[in-house]
Amino acid sequence: MTNVEAMPGSHFQFRLFLRAKSTGLILLTLLLFSVARSMAAQNTPLLSGGVGFFSATTAGKTTYLPIIEPLLAAPIGPRFLIESRAVLLESFNPNGDGQPGYNHSHFIGLTYLQGDYTLTPHITVVGGSYLIPFNTYNDRLSPIWIGNFQQGPLIASLGTNSTGTGTGGMLSGSAISRSKYSLSYNAYFSSLVNNSYFQAKRSTGGRVSLFLPDHGLEVGLSYNRLLQGVQENFYGAHVWWEPANSGFQLRSEFARGHHAQGYWIETAYRTQAFGGFDSIVGRFEPLFRMQQTFRRDNVVSDGLPPVNTQIADFGLDYNLPHNTRILTSYSREFASTGNYNIWQTGIVYRILTPAWKGK
Amino acid sequence: MNSQRFLLIFVLLSSSVALAQTSTQAQAPSTPPNKRQPAPHVEQKHEEAGARIFRQNCTRCHNTPEGFSPRISETVVRHMTVRASLSMSDKAELLRFLNP
Repeated sequence: MTNVEAMPGSHFQFRLFLRAKSTGLILLTLLLFSVARSMAAQNTPLLSGGVGFFSATTAGKTTYLPIIEPLLAAPIGPRFLIESRAVLLESFNPNGDGQPGYNHSHFIGLTYLQGDYTLTPHITVVGGSYLIPFNTYNDRLSPIWIGNFQQGPLIASLGTNSTGTGTGGMLSGSAISRSKYSLSYNAYFSSLVNNSYFQAKRSTGGRVSLFLPDHGLEVGLSYNRLLQGVQENFYGAHVWWEPANSGFQLRSEFARGHHAQGYWIETAYRTQAFGGFDSIVGRFEPLFRMQQTFRRDNVVSDGLPPVNTQIADFGLDYNLPHNTRILTSYSREFASTGNYNIWQTGIVYRILTPAWKGK
Repeated sequence: MNSQRFLLIFVLLSSSVALAQTSTQAQAPSTPPNKRQPAPHVEQKHEEAGARIFRQNCTRCHNTPEGFSPRISETVVRHMTVRASLSMSDKAELLRFLNP
Protein backbone atom coordinates (compact mmCIF):
# COMPACT_ATOMS: atom_id res chain seq x y z
CA MET A 1 0.00 0.00 0.00
CA THR A 2 2.83 2.32 0.67
CA ASN A 3 6.14 2.98 -0.85
CA VAL A 4 7.84 2.26 2.41
CA GLU A 5 6.59 -1.27 2.37
CA ALA A 6 7.10 -1.49 -1.33
CA MET A 7 10.84 -1.23 -1.02
CA PRO A 8 12.14 -4.71 -1.41
CA GLY A 9 14.12 -6.01 1.48
CA SER A 10 12.65 -3.51 3.89
CA HIS A 11 12.14 -4.79 7.38
CA PHE A 12 8.49 -4.02 7.27
CA GLN A 13 7.80 -4.37 3.62
CA PHE A 14 5.19 -7.08 3.64
CA ARG A 15 3.36 -6.26 6.79
CA LEU A 16 0.86 -4.00 5.17
CA PHE A 17 1.00 -5.66 1.79
CA LEU A 18 -1.30 -8.30 3.04
CA ARG A 19 -3.89 -5.73 4.00
CA ALA A 20 -4.46 -4.43 0.54
CA LYS A 21 -5.82 -6.19 -2.48
CA SER A 22 -6.50 -3.57 -5.05
CA THR A 23 -6.32 -5.40 -8.32
CA GLY A 24 -9.33 -3.42 -9.43
CA LEU A 25 -7.45 -0.17 -9.05
CA ILE A 26 -4.66 -1.35 -11.27
CA LEU A 27 -7.14 -2.37 -13.90
CA LEU A 28 -8.77 0.99 -13.60
CA THR A 29 -5.46 2.73 -14.11
CA LEU A 30 -5.01 0.73 -17.27
CA LEU A 31 -8.50 1.76 -18.30
CA LEU A 32 -7.36 5.33 -18.15
CA PHE A 33 -5.08 4.62 -21.05
CA SER A 34 -7.58 2.81 -23.16
CA VAL A 35 -10.43 5.22 -22.69
CA ALA A 36 -8.39 8.27 -23.50
CA ARG A 37 -6.63 6.94 -26.55
CA SER A 38 -8.22 9.57 -28.72
CA MET A 39 -6.16 12.24 -27.01
CA ALA A 40 -3.06 13.57 -28.63
CA ALA A 41 -1.19 16.64 -27.53
CA GLN A 42 2.14 17.78 -26.19
CA ASN A 43 0.87 16.95 -22.74
CA THR A 44 0.03 13.36 -23.49
CA PRO A 45 -0.34 11.28 -20.31
CA LEU A 46 2.80 9.38 -19.54
CA LEU A 47 3.50 5.93 -18.27
CA SER A 48 6.63 5.66 -16.25
CA GLY A 49 7.95 3.43 -13.54
CA GLY A 50 10.34 0.61 -13.05
CA VAL A 51 10.57 -3.11 -13.64
CA GLY A 52 13.01 -4.93 -11.44
CA PHE A 53 14.24 -8.25 -10.19
CA PHE A 54 15.90 -8.37 -6.79
CA SER A 55 17.51 -11.00 -4.68
CA ALA A 56 18.57 -10.67 -1.06
CA THR A 57 20.48 -13.11 1.08
CA THR A 58 19.97 -12.33 4.75
CA ALA A 59 21.73 -14.51 7.29
CA GLY A 60 22.10 -17.20 4.65
CA LYS A 61 18.51 -17.20 3.44
CA THR A 62 17.88 -15.97 -0.08
CA THR A 63 14.67 -14.34 -1.25
CA TYR A 64 13.72 -13.34 -4.77
CA LEU A 65 11.50 -10.47 -5.70
CA PRO A 66 10.30 -9.66 -9.21
CA ILE A 67 8.57 -6.31 -9.02
CA ILE A 68 6.84 -3.76 -11.23
CA GLU A 69 6.15 -0.19 -10.13
CA PRO A 70 4.13 1.60 -12.80
CA LEU A 71 3.55 5.33 -12.55
CA LEU A 72 0.91 7.30 -14.38
CA ALA A 73 0.74 11.07 -14.81
CA ALA A 74 -2.21 12.48 -16.72
CA PRO A 75 -2.80 16.22 -17.15
CA ILE A 76 -6.37 17.42 -17.33
CA GLY A 77 -6.51 20.93 -18.68
CA PRO A 78 -3.84 23.49 -17.90
CA ARG A 79 -3.95 23.26 -14.10
CA PHE A 80 -4.90 19.77 -13.08
CA LEU A 81 -2.75 16.66 -12.98
CA ILE A 82 -3.60 13.17 -11.83
CA GLU A 83 -0.71 11.00 -10.78
CA SER A 84 -0.53 7.56 -9.34
CA ARG A 85 1.95 4.83 -8.61
CA ALA A 86 1.25 1.17 -8.02
CA VAL A 87 3.23 -1.88 -7.11
CA LEU A 88 2.95 -5.45 -8.32
CA LEU A 89 5.30 -8.02 -6.89
CA GLU A 90 5.81 -11.67 -6.22
CA SER A 91 7.99 -12.67 -3.30
CA PHE A 92 9.75 -16.03 -3.15
CA ASN A 93 10.93 -16.96 0.34
CA PRO A 94 12.63 -20.13 1.59
CA ASN A 95 10.45 -22.40 3.68
CA GLY A 96 11.05 -22.12 7.40
CA ASP A 97 11.83 -24.79 9.98
CA GLY A 98 14.50 -26.35 7.84
CA GLN A 99 12.05 -27.44 5.17
CA PRO A 100 13.43 -27.47 1.64
CA GLY A 101 11.95 -25.38 -1.16
CA TYR A 102 10.31 -22.01 -1.42
CA ASN A 103 6.93 -20.50 -0.82
CA HIS A 104 5.71 -17.41 -2.57
CA SER A 105 3.24 -14.64 -2.07
CA HIS A 106 2.13 -11.74 -4.20
CA PHE A 107 0.95 -8.24 -3.68
CA ILE A 108 -0.78 -5.70 -5.90
CA GLY A 109 -1.68 -2.29 -4.63
CA LEU A 110 -1.66 1.41 -5.13
CA THR A 111 1.15 3.35 -3.57
CA TYR A 112 -0.61 6.66 -4.07
CA LEU A 113 -3.29 8.27 -6.18
CA GLN A 114 -3.52 12.03 -6.05
CA GLY A 115 -4.84 15.02 -7.92
CA ASP A 116 -2.69 18.15 -8.16
CA TYR A 117 -4.31 21.51 -8.84
CA THR A 118 -2.09 24.51 -9.50
CA LEU A 119 -3.89 27.22 -7.61
CA THR A 120 -1.27 29.96 -7.87
CA PRO A 121 2.39 30.04 -8.92
CA HIS A 122 3.26 29.32 -5.29
CA ILE A 123 0.50 26.95 -4.24
CA THR A 124 -0.41 23.53 -5.53
CA VAL A 125 -3.36 21.86 -3.87
CA VAL A 126 -3.01 18.10 -3.62
CA GLY A 127 -5.94 15.86 -2.81
CA GLY A 128 -6.35 12.13 -2.52
CA SER A 129 -3.88 9.56 -1.32
CA TYR A 130 -0.43 11.12 -1.29
CA LEU A 131 3.04 10.25 -0.08
CA ILE A 132 3.72 11.89 3.26
CA PRO A 133 6.47 14.47 2.80
CA PHE A 134 8.55 13.68 5.86
CA ASN A 135 12.29 14.02 5.24
CA THR A 136 13.24 12.87 1.75
CA TYR A 137 13.16 9.12 1.42
CA ASN A 138 9.43 8.54 1.39
CA ASP A 139 8.38 10.85 -1.42
CA ARG A 140 11.63 11.28 -3.34
CA LEU A 141 13.85 8.23 -3.13
CA SER A 142 11.54 5.28 -2.61
CA PRO A 143 10.76 4.35 -6.27
CA ILE A 144 12.79 1.34 -7.31
CA TRP A 145 14.28 3.19 -10.28
CA ILE A 146 15.59 5.98 -8.03
CA GLY A 147 16.92 4.46 -4.84
CA ASN A 148 20.63 3.61 -4.84
CA PHE A 149 20.14 0.73 -2.45
CA GLN A 150 17.62 -2.04 -2.75
CA GLN A 151 16.75 -1.76 0.92
CA GLY A 152 15.22 1.40 2.32
CA PRO A 153 16.61 3.03 5.44
CA LEU A 154 15.57 1.73 8.85
CA ILE A 155 13.99 5.03 9.88
CA ALA A 156 11.75 5.30 6.83
CA SER A 157 8.66 4.58 8.88
CA LEU A 158 9.29 7.36 11.42
CA GLY A 159 7.10 10.36 10.66
CA THR A 160 5.29 8.61 7.85
CA ASN A 161 2.79 6.87 10.11
CA SER A 162 4.16 3.47 9.06
CA THR A 163 1.85 3.55 6.05
CA GLY A 164 3.86 6.12 4.09
CA THR A 165 0.70 7.66 2.75
CA GLY A 166 -1.83 10.18 3.91
CA THR A 167 -5.36 10.50 2.64
CA GLY A 168 -6.68 14.01 2.60
CA GLY A 169 -5.23 17.27 1.41
CA MET A 170 -1.90 18.95 1.09
CA LEU A 171 -0.59 22.33 0.06
CA SER A 172 2.82 22.42 -1.52
CA GLY A 173 4.94 24.59 -3.72
CA SER A 174 7.80 26.95 -4.07
CA ALA A 175 7.52 29.76 -1.53
CA ILE A 176 10.51 31.70 -2.81
CA SER A 177 12.70 31.03 -5.79
CA ARG A 178 15.78 33.13 -6.51
CA SER A 179 18.93 32.34 -8.43
CA LYS A 180 20.88 31.94 -5.17
CA TYR A 181 18.33 30.10 -3.09
CA SER A 182 14.86 28.62 -3.09
CA LEU A 183 12.47 27.68 -0.35
CA SER A 184 9.83 25.00 -0.80
CA TYR A 185 7.16 23.77 1.56
CA ASN A 186 4.50 21.10 2.14
CA ALA A 187 1.68 21.16 4.68
CA TYR A 188 -0.86 18.38 4.92
CA PHE A 189 -3.70 16.89 6.86
CA SER A 190 -4.58 13.23 6.65
CA SER A 191 -7.73 11.64 7.90
CA LEU A 192 -8.10 8.14 9.28
CA VAL A 193 -8.92 5.72 6.50
CA ASN A 194 -9.28 2.03 7.18
CA ASN A 195 -10.45 0.63 3.88
CA SER A 196 -8.15 -1.80 2.15
CA TYR A 197 -7.24 0.57 -0.67
CA PHE A 198 -6.15 3.79 0.99
CA GLN A 199 -5.08 3.05 4.51
CA ALA A 200 -3.97 6.14 6.35
CA LYS A 201 -3.81 7.52 9.83
CA ARG A 202 -5.15 10.78 11.12
CA SER A 203 -2.20 13.12 11.21
CA THR A 204 -0.91 16.50 10.22
CA GLY A 205 2.50 17.90 9.44
CA GLY A 206 4.73 19.59 6.98
CA ARG A 207 8.18 20.10 5.60
CA VAL A 208 10.30 23.11 4.71
CA SER A 209 13.38 22.85 2.51
CA LEU A 210 16.00 25.42 1.65
CA PHE A 211 18.09 24.81 -1.45
CA LEU A 212 21.29 26.69 -2.30
CA PRO A 213 22.00 25.82 -5.93
CA ASP A 214 25.48 27.34 -6.11
CA HIS A 215 26.61 25.05 -3.32
CA GLY A 216 24.43 22.08 -4.24
CA LEU A 217 23.21 22.14 -0.65
CA GLU A 218 19.73 21.36 0.59
CA VAL A 219 18.63 21.42 4.20
CA GLY A 220 15.14 20.74 5.43
CA LEU A 221 13.02 20.23 8.50
CA SER A 222 9.98 17.99 8.82
CA TYR A 223 7.25 17.59 11.37
CA ASN A 224 4.46 15.08 11.77
CA ARG A 225 1.88 14.74 14.49
CA LEU A 226 -0.17 11.62 14.84
CA LEU A 227 -3.69 12.64 15.83
CA GLN A 228 -5.10 9.32 16.88
CA GLY A 229 -4.53 6.89 19.70
CA VAL A 230 -1.56 7.98 21.75
CA GLN A 231 -0.78 11.18 19.93
CA GLU A 232 2.89 11.47 19.06
CA ASN A 233 5.17 14.02 17.49
CA PHE A 234 7.85 13.19 14.96
CA TYR A 235 10.67 15.49 14.00
CA GLY A 236 12.95 15.17 11.02
CA ALA A 237 15.87 16.91 9.41
CA HIS A 238 17.67 16.24 6.17
CA VAL A 239 20.84 17.49 4.53
CA TRP A 240 21.80 16.82 0.95
CA TRP A 241 25.02 17.99 -0.59
CA GLU A 242 25.67 17.44 -4.27
CA PRO A 243 28.42 19.72 -5.59
CA ALA A 244 27.80 20.59 -9.23
CA ASN A 245 29.60 18.48 -11.85
CA SER A 246 31.49 16.51 -9.23
CA GLY A 247 29.61 13.22 -9.44
CA PHE A 248 29.48 13.17 -5.67
CA GLN A 249 26.31 12.90 -3.62
CA LEU A 250 25.80 13.04 0.09
CA ARG A 251 22.34 12.48 1.46
CA SER A 252 21.37 12.20 5.09
CA GLU A 253 18.34 12.17 7.32
CA PHE A 254 17.63 12.24 11.01
CA ALA A 255 14.26 11.37 12.50
CA ARG A 256 13.06 11.35 16.06
CA GLY A 257 9.87 9.86 17.36
CA HIS A 258 8.43 9.38 20.81
CA HIS A 259 9.81 5.86 21.16
CA ALA A 260 12.82 5.76 18.85
CA GLN A 261 15.14 7.81 16.73
CA GLY A 262 17.77 7.26 14.10
CA TYR A 263 19.68 8.54 11.14
CA TRP A 264 21.26 7.50 7.88
CA ILE A 265 24.03 8.99 5.79
CA GLU A 266 24.60 7.89 2.22
CA THR A 267 27.35 8.80 -0.19
CA ALA A 268 27.65 8.00 -3.86
CA TYR A 269 30.25 8.85 -6.46
CA ARG A 270 30.64 8.61 -10.21
CA THR A 271 33.88 9.62 -11.84
CA GLN A 272 34.29 11.64 -15.02
CA ALA A 273 38.02 11.01 -15.16
CA PHE A 274 37.87 8.19 -17.70
CA GLY A 275 35.74 9.63 -20.45
CA GLY A 276 32.82 11.10 -18.55
CA PHE A 277 29.84 9.70 -16.73
CA ASP A 278 28.76 7.63 -19.72
CA SER A 279 32.06 5.83 -20.15
CA ILE A 280 32.44 2.23 -19.05
CA VAL A 281 34.18 3.33 -15.86
CA GLY A 282 31.98 6.39 -15.30
CA ARG A 283 28.90 4.21 -15.14
CA PHE A 284 30.13 2.56 -11.95
CA GLU A 285 28.70 4.11 -8.80
CA PRO A 286 30.26 3.07 -5.50
CA LEU A 287 28.05 3.71 -2.50
CA PHE A 288 28.28 3.75 1.23
CA ARG A 289 25.52 4.16 3.77
CA MET A 290 25.67 4.17 7.52
CA GLN A 291 22.52 3.97 9.58
CA GLN A 292 21.71 3.66 13.24
CA THR A 293 18.51 3.43 15.22
CA PHE A 294 18.11 3.96 18.92
CA ARG A 295 15.23 2.85 21.11
CA ARG A 296 14.08 5.49 23.56
CA ASP A 297 11.83 3.04 25.39
CA ASN A 298 10.49 -0.46 24.96
CA VAL A 299 7.31 0.49 23.10
CA VAL A 300 7.80 -0.85 19.58
CA SER A 301 5.08 0.84 17.61
CA ASP A 302 6.93 2.67 14.90
CA GLY A 303 8.40 0.06 12.58
CA LEU A 304 11.95 0.40 13.84
CA PRO A 305 13.88 -2.61 15.14
CA PRO A 306 13.07 -3.54 18.75
CA VAL A 307 16.70 -3.05 19.82
CA ASN A 308 19.37 -0.53 18.93
CA THR A 309 20.65 -1.42 15.49
CA GLN A 310 23.51 -0.34 13.26
CA ILE A 311 23.92 -1.20 9.62
CA ALA A 312 26.82 -0.42 7.35
CA ASP A 313 25.93 -0.76 3.66
CA PHE A 314 28.57 -1.00 0.94
CA GLY A 315 27.15 -0.81 -2.55
CA LEU A 316 28.27 -0.81 -6.14
CA ASP A 317 25.73 0.17 -8.78
CA TYR A 318 26.26 0.11 -12.51
CA ASN A 319 24.27 2.47 -14.68
CA LEU A 320 23.78 0.65 -17.94
CA PRO A 321 22.59 2.39 -21.10
CA HIS A 322 18.87 2.40 -21.87
CA ASN A 323 17.73 3.39 -18.39
CA THR A 324 18.86 0.19 -16.74
CA ARG A 325 20.68 -0.09 -13.43
CA ILE A 326 22.32 -2.95 -11.63
CA LEU A 327 22.26 -2.60 -7.86
CA THR A 328 24.54 -4.64 -5.66
CA SER A 329 25.36 -4.26 -2.01
CA TYR A 330 26.80 -5.94 1.02
CA SER A 331 25.54 -4.93 4.44
CA ARG A 332 26.51 -5.89 7.92
CA GLU A 333 23.88 -5.48 10.60
CA PHE A 334 24.90 -5.14 14.23
CA ALA A 335 22.39 -5.56 17.03
CA SER A 336 22.22 -7.14 20.46
CA THR A 337 19.97 -9.82 18.98
CA GLY A 338 22.75 -10.87 16.63
CA ASN A 339 24.97 -9.72 13.81
CA TYR A 340 24.49 -10.90 10.26
CA ASN A 341 25.30 -10.22 6.63
CA ILE A 342 22.94 -9.05 3.92
CA TRP A 343 23.86 -9.52 0.26
CA GLN A 344 21.63 -7.89 -2.31
CA THR A 345 21.63 -7.90 -6.08
CA GLY A 346 19.10 -6.53 -8.47
CA ILE A 347 18.44 -5.05 -11.85
CA VAL A 348 15.97 -2.26 -12.62
CA TYR A 349 14.73 -0.99 -15.94
CA ARG A 350 13.08 2.39 -16.01
CA ILE A 351 10.13 3.08 -18.26
CA LEU A 352 9.20 6.54 -19.54
CA THR A 353 6.86 6.63 -22.46
CA PRO A 354 3.64 8.20 -23.69
CA ALA A 355 0.61 6.26 -22.57
CA TRP A 356 -0.24 5.50 -26.18
CA LYS A 357 1.20 5.78 -29.63
CA GLY A 358 0.84 8.98 -31.53
CA LYS A 359 2.12 10.82 -34.52
CA MET B 1 -18.40 -4.39 -4.18
CA ASN B 2 -15.50 -2.08 -3.48
CA SER B 3 -13.82 -3.11 -6.69
CA GLN B 4 -16.92 -2.29 -8.68
CA ARG B 5 -17.14 1.11 -7.03
CA PHE B 6 -13.54 1.87 -7.91
CA LEU B 7 -14.04 0.66 -11.45
CA LEU B 8 -16.91 3.07 -11.83
CA ILE B 9 -14.89 5.94 -10.37
CA PHE B 10 -12.01 5.29 -12.67
CA VAL B 11 -14.14 4.96 -15.74
CA LEU B 12 -15.59 8.35 -14.93
CA LEU B 13 -12.12 9.69 -14.27
CA SER B 14 -10.83 8.33 -17.53
CA SER B 15 -13.71 9.87 -19.42
CA SER B 16 -13.04 13.25 -17.87
CA VAL B 17 -9.37 13.01 -18.82
CA ALA B 18 -10.30 12.22 -22.38
CA LEU B 19 -12.80 15.06 -22.60
CA ALA B 20 -10.48 17.57 -21.02
CA GLN B 21 -7.60 16.56 -23.25
CA THR B 22 -9.72 16.79 -26.33
CA SER B 23 -10.78 20.24 -25.24
CA THR B 24 -7.21 21.27 -24.53
CA GLN B 25 -6.10 19.98 -27.86
CA ALA B 26 -8.78 21.93 -29.63
CA GLN B 27 -7.75 25.11 -27.90
CA ALA B 28 -4.02 24.59 -28.19
CA PRO B 29 -2.60 27.50 -30.14
CA SER B 30 -0.45 26.64 -33.07
CA THR B 31 2.77 28.50 -33.65
CA PRO B 32 2.03 31.69 -35.57
CA PRO B 33 3.63 31.52 -38.99
CA ASN B 34 5.02 35.01 -38.65
CA LYS B 35 6.40 34.44 -35.19
CA ARG B 36 9.91 35.85 -34.94
CA GLN B 37 12.61 33.39 -34.17
CA PRO B 38 14.60 34.29 -31.06
CA ALA B 39 18.20 35.32 -31.49
CA PRO B 40 20.71 32.47 -31.07
CA HIS B 41 22.19 33.86 -27.88
CA VAL B 42 18.72 34.07 -26.32
CA GLU B 43 18.10 30.45 -27.20
CA GLN B 44 21.44 29.48 -25.72
CA LYS B 45 20.64 31.36 -22.53
CA HIS B 46 17.34 29.52 -22.20
CA GLU B 47 19.04 26.22 -22.85
CA GLU B 48 21.64 26.89 -20.18
CA ALA B 49 18.98 27.93 -17.69
CA GLY B 50 16.87 24.89 -18.51
CA ALA B 51 19.85 22.56 -18.24
CA ARG B 52 20.77 24.07 -14.89
CA ILE B 53 17.23 23.68 -13.58
CA PHE B 54 17.07 20.12 -14.85
CA ARG B 55 20.37 19.33 -13.16
CA GLN B 56 19.45 21.00 -9.89
CA ASN B 57 15.93 19.71 -9.54
CA CYS B 58 15.58 16.49 -11.49
CA THR B 59 18.90 14.71 -11.57
CA ARG B 60 19.43 15.56 -7.94
CA CYS B 61 17.20 12.58 -7.16
CA HIS B 62 17.39 10.33 -10.20
CA ASN B 63 19.42 9.58 -13.30
CA THR B 64 18.66 11.46 -16.48
CA PRO B 65 16.26 9.41 -18.59
CA GLU B 66 17.80 8.54 -21.93
CA GLY B 67 15.45 10.52 -24.08
CA PHE B 68 11.70 10.49 -24.24
CA SER B 69 8.98 11.47 -26.61
CA PRO B 70 8.41 15.23 -26.98
CA ARG B 71 4.70 14.44 -26.66
CA ILE B 72 5.16 13.92 -22.92
CA SER B 73 7.64 16.69 -22.20
CA GLU B 74 4.98 18.98 -20.76
CA THR B 75 3.56 16.16 -18.66
CA VAL B 76 7.03 15.39 -17.35
CA VAL B 77 7.52 19.04 -16.42
CA ARG B 78 4.14 19.26 -14.71
CA HIS B 79 4.87 16.11 -12.77
CA MET B 80 8.25 17.47 -11.73
CA THR B 81 6.72 20.81 -10.81
CA VAL B 82 4.72 19.05 -8.12
CA ARG B 83 7.40 16.56 -7.08
CA ALA B 84 10.24 19.09 -6.88
CA SER B 85 8.17 22.19 -6.01
CA LEU B 86 9.41 24.09 -9.04
CA SER B 87 8.61 27.76 -9.45
CA MET B 88 6.67 28.87 -12.50
CA SER B 89 9.76 30.41 -14.11
CA ASP B 90 11.71 27.20 -13.52
CA LYS B 91 8.84 25.26 -15.01
CA ALA B 92 8.84 27.42 -18.13
CA GLU B 93 12.62 27.17 -18.57
CA LEU B 94 12.55 23.43 -18.04
CA LEU B 95 9.81 22.97 -20.60
CA ARG B 96 11.76 25.07 -23.09
CA PHE B 97 14.84 22.96 -22.39
CA LEU B 98 13.06 19.63 -22.81
CA ASN B 99 11.01 20.67 -25.79
CA PRO B 100 12.90 23.43 -27.62
